[in-house]
Amino acid sequence: MNNFSYLQAEKAKEATAAKRDDKSAAFIAGGTTLLDLMKLNVENHDQLIDVNMLPFRGIEMNKNGLRIGALERMSDVGEHPLVVQNFPAVSQSLLLAASAQLRNMASIGGNVLQRTRCGYFRDTAFPCNKREPGTGCPALEGDHRNLAILGTSETCIATSYPGDLAVALTALDAVLTLENAKGKQREVPITKFYLLPGTTPQRETVLEADELLVAVTIPQTEAARKSMYLKVRDRASYAYALVSAAVGLEVQGGVIRSAKVALGGVGTQPWRAPEAEKLLVGKAPSEAVFRAAAEAALRGAKPREHNAFKVEMAQNTLVRALSEVAA
Amino acid sequence: MDMTSNTSNQKENAPTNVVGKPMDRVDGPAKVTGAARYSAEISVPGTVYGVLKTSTIAKGRITNIDTSRAAKEPGILNIFTHQNLPKPAKTPKQVEKWRAAQSYLPMQDDQVQYAGQPVALVVAATLEAATQAAALIKVTYQADAPIDSYHDPKAELFDPQKIQQGKKDSHVVRGNPKQAYDGAAIKHEATYVHAINHHSPMEPAATLAVWEGTDKLTVYESSQNVTMHQGALADLLGMPREQIRVVTKYIGGGFGCKGSFWPHTILTVLAAKAVNRPVKLALTRQQMFTGVGHREDQEQTLQLGATTDGKLVSIVHSKKATTSPWDNYTESNGKIMDMLYACPNYSTTYELARANVMTSVWMRAPGEAPGSFALESSMDDLANQLNIDPLEIRLRNYADHDYSNDKPWSSKSLKQCYTRGAELFGWDKRNAKPGQNRKGRMLVGHGMASATYPVHSSQGTARVRLFADGHAVVEAGATDLGTGTYTVMTQVSADALGLPPEKIRFELGDTRLPTAPGSGGSVAAGTVASSIMAAAEDVWDKVVKMAVADKKSPLYKAKPTDVKVELGRMFLAKDPKKGETLLAALGRNGQPDIEGSGTGKYGAGYEEKNFGQNGADPNNDNKEKKTGGHSMHSFGAHFCEVEVDPDLGTVRITRWVGVHGVGTVLNLKTATSQMMGGAIYGIGAALMEDTFRDPNYARYTNADLAGYHVPVNADIPNIQVEFVPETDPYINYLGVKGIGELGMVGVAAAVGNAIFNATGRRMRSLPITPDKVLEALRQPA
Ligand SMILES: Cc1cc2nc3c(=O)[nH]c(=O)nc-3n(C[C@H](O)[C@H](O)[C@H](O)COP(=O)(O)OP(=O)(O)OC[C@H]3O[C@@H](n4cnc5c(N)ncnc54)[C@H](O)[C@@H]3O)c2cc1C
Ligand code: SF4
Repeated sequence: MNNFSYLQAEKAKEATAAKRDDKSAAFIAGGTTLLDLMKLNVENHDQLIDVNMLPFRGIEMNKNGLRIGALERMSDVGEHPLVVQNFPAVSQSLLLAASAQLRNMASIGGNVLQRTRCGYFRDTAFPCNKREPGTGCPALEGDHRNLAILGTSETCIATSYPGDLAVALTALDAVLTLENAKGKQREVPITKFYLLPGTTPQRETVLEADELLVAVTIPQTEAARKSMYLKVRDRASYAYALVSAAVGLEVQGGVIRSAKVALGGVGTQPWRAPEAEKLLVGKAPSEAVFRAAAEAALRGAKPREHNAFKVEMAQNTLVRALSEVAA
Repeated sequence: MDMTSNTSNQKENAPTNVVGKPMDRVDGPAKVTGAARYSAEISVPGTVYGVLKTSTIAKGRITNIDTSRAAKEPGILNIFTHQNLPKPAKTPKQVEKWRAAQSYLPMQDDQVQYAGQPVALVVAATLEAATQAAALIKVTYQADAPIDSYHDPKAELFDPQKIQQGKKDSHVVRGNPKQAYDGAAIKHEATYVHAINHHSPMEPAATLAVWEGTDKLTVYESSQNVTMHQGALADLLGMPREQIRVVTKYIGGGFGCKGSFWPHTILTVLAAKAVNRPVKLALTRQQMFTGVGHREDQEQTLQLGATTDGKLVSIVHSKKATTSPWDNYTESNGKIMDMLYACPNYSTTYELARANVMTSVWMRAPGEAPGSFALESSMDDLANQLNIDPLEIRLRNYADHDYSNDKPWSSKSLKQCYTRGAELFGWDKRNAKPGQNRKGRMLVGHGMASATYPVHSSQGTARVRLFADGHAVVEAGATDLGTGTYTVMTQVSADALGLPPEKIRFELGDTRLPTAPGSGGSVAAGTVASSIMAAAEDVWDKVVKMAVADKKSPLYKAKPTDVKVELGRMFLAKDPKKGETLLAALGRNGQPDIEGSGTGKYGAGYEEKNFGQNGADPNNDNKEKKTGGHSMHSFGAHFCEVEVDPDLGTVRITRWVGVHGVGTVLNLKTATSQMMGGAIYGIGAALMEDTFRDPNYARYTNADLAGYHVPVNADIPNIQVEFVPETDPYINYLGVKGIGELGMVGVAAAVGNAIFNATGRRMRSLPITPDKVLEALRQPA
């Protein structure tokens, strides 16, 4: 880890301006992603701008839905009664993530911006197009058991967002509030926030260099209230998802009125499955309908030798999750 | 001292009899308060920090090392590379074989032979500066295509002739295995795969090297064996052993990876001498994956020939594994197949392939763990195929003596372990038909497997100093992996001297103390306990001599050979009421303390010493068997319940029962914890532990504890452990068998067998991850 200077920002403007003026600076919240990557020399920053003093706090319901400040901690949000009652998928995605210690430290904003767990990315001894554009992607012929099968390119197949929360947020149409150095705020739906790798896997989100993530807003819907997050992993706790599903269903009079479906662990970004949702809406819930939706969700998957299992596992996970919320 | 105080003394020191009791760890308070200092936490005045830079490539040549930027970091004392590192007097190749698991020492020339090999060592005033300087060193390589494993198309399998550093033959044949297999009514053949595993102890390997001048060295090392480290350093540096002191007071787990002499220790010692400052170096977690060995990737093919009623007639075993460019290390998996069952014909062969990896090394239950996975899985198949209960087929093949060497067992309680385990588990309620048992969506399965581990011959010395005021200092240069050596030796000493355990101070982990074996091969408890008893006997003899010459003693004029000592009290064997405590006699003698020392033996050595050259046993009911003593093993049985999610492929262990026969249990609490830990370690290997070596770069892609999964609490159910009572007079003074490795043997098979019972699918590749389970479920049962 290189030496860096440290700025504790007290106002958003101070933070964003400092970031605008220093190309090699980074914001730091909980530091649980950032410091790891700095210790591995995967990220090198001359300056860290601590945003923890900024007033991006609060978990409250307003007319647009539930607004969560970007600096709220994963554990606080996951256990908050408003979240538990109205957005079970969000609560579960947070509480099934990482470990208690990490959840106490890690922020919502940092979670949304966490980086891939691709082993090649995290070890500077390897080439990696995401870390050093143009050097190649050893994962294609190597260890890709936990990498993506949807949204991949020949340049990068990483699950660029490997975590859980953003999968639930993607299913539930969350909107991110961003603020730049001019003090201007903009709203970006999370489904438009992440970028596909294409030929530029180093570009992961639409966040501009001088922008801060201020808050996340999740619309309050019946489907969100009847939602769940199902995570499949190699051990019972403290592991990233092999695959995961965030689903929400609104069923009225025996018919699905609204469906929200997103997958984790399979896409280069949290993977919304509109085709699956279309298949579900208007139908009576049944295993056959869920199965058809699951197949639609995985259509177009490009599995490789070590992650071919994800197609079936993701389909089964979706079917299981849909069956459970419909029950 | 008059008789009154004698009696009161006797009362104060009433027989404690603490051996076996579930006593709390004596080192517990020091550990939970942070007072216990592990090797990397020790500092002496002037300590500076070493950080290794390791190779990014797995094979090739260093063409340039640019240290110019690194050298500008503050407080750099030196940056060592192959160009300026002082050469040791000898190479690890010349160090007595077993000590240096890897004969190759990096940083001697420009060659790179494995990824993660040290290429530079920075020494700086602070850890931070050394770390950053190491990152700033720019090494340029000329890279060649490496060989990653025995799977590599470029790899060539060869017959090593000898394995385990030359200790064992690569071919063993007993009887006529091929013919017997070909002629067997029932033939079973299967291939088993084992992933690369890393020991991954909590405490990283660390060295603090402190030179006094150029001819005196103290090394604080995370060592499972201080004597080994001392000897290896003496060999390597060309120094007399007495000039080298190795200290290890606490170890945060080792599992075998701290029982050898590895490059980081050598490099640190050389650097410390060159900079003339104490140098401390701890491996990073990533470096732990390429710094202290691993369990090698391997594949075993096992043929079992049997009669239609399930009696084994032949076992034909072969193994392929990856080894390093220089050494022929591989675990000897076949040993357990040779001795666990009554089978007249047996053979094993080993083939290795050289790859660009560091030398692998013993990892908890080396050989027995993967070997038992193959054997006990195949036995389960056989049972299923022949419609025999898995327990019953094991009883039909029960070895009444050791078929591998025709010796009688010194003791064996495996039958009792089976029976008691089955009872605790409710084995009789198991549905033998696979795939029948459901709990909601989950498939439930029950499996079992046997465990065994040999009693390796060993010996060591100890010193006991009994003070007249009623306390004692007991010393042996053993180590405590965190498993309880401090505690159990305190208990043994307490009983030997008739003192309460609080009055014993047991010291270990220092080459200044009497030489004892390290913690490895499960020999420590048995050997060190024996050594302490031998030293205590020396004290007894001296005090008895005092007493029989002392007019005031009730034993005055008694013949020393007529006097027995138990729990610190001397008495006439024929008239036990006549006697007094050691302390009483010592106190009256006006001597403040008395010291004794002795050598304790464990295993075959003990038997030979106490039962004659051939271990002749008057009660040997196997008179027709060859003489040469007993075969010594501990045995046990594991019972496991799993729930398999048929849609997601996840496996959860919901119940575990382990019953073991281990001779005398020194401390019920620490022993139970050991067996639990063994089961957990085995569950890790069974379900999740897997280091991925990239086939093109021969470099690990998940070298940290987020990527290399070990079990977490949520993976582990309540583990029920019991010991069956077992007395073994042949193995050592107290009848103690080792327990460190036994608990993990057979665990992976028990899990696999339970999964088979749940799903009807046989999992032959470890770890059994959800993807493999789903794949198996897609195939017809
Ligand atoms: C061992 C381990 C296991 C884990 N397991 C899981 C898991 O199972 N599931 C899961 O979802 N996650 C998991 N994580 C990831 C963890 O959730 C993230 O590291 C954490 O959420 C990041 O939050 P943070 O506040 O610490 O972010 P930081 O590390 O402080 O920041 C992360 C990134 O976000 C940027 N950033 C932070 N806040 C803002 C902001 N307000 N505006 C703009 N940029 C910002 C930083 O500059 C940095 O680039 C795991 C992490 C570890 C280390
Ligand atoms: S998958 Fe992406 S992150 Fe991983 S090595 Fe390839 S380019 Fe790098």
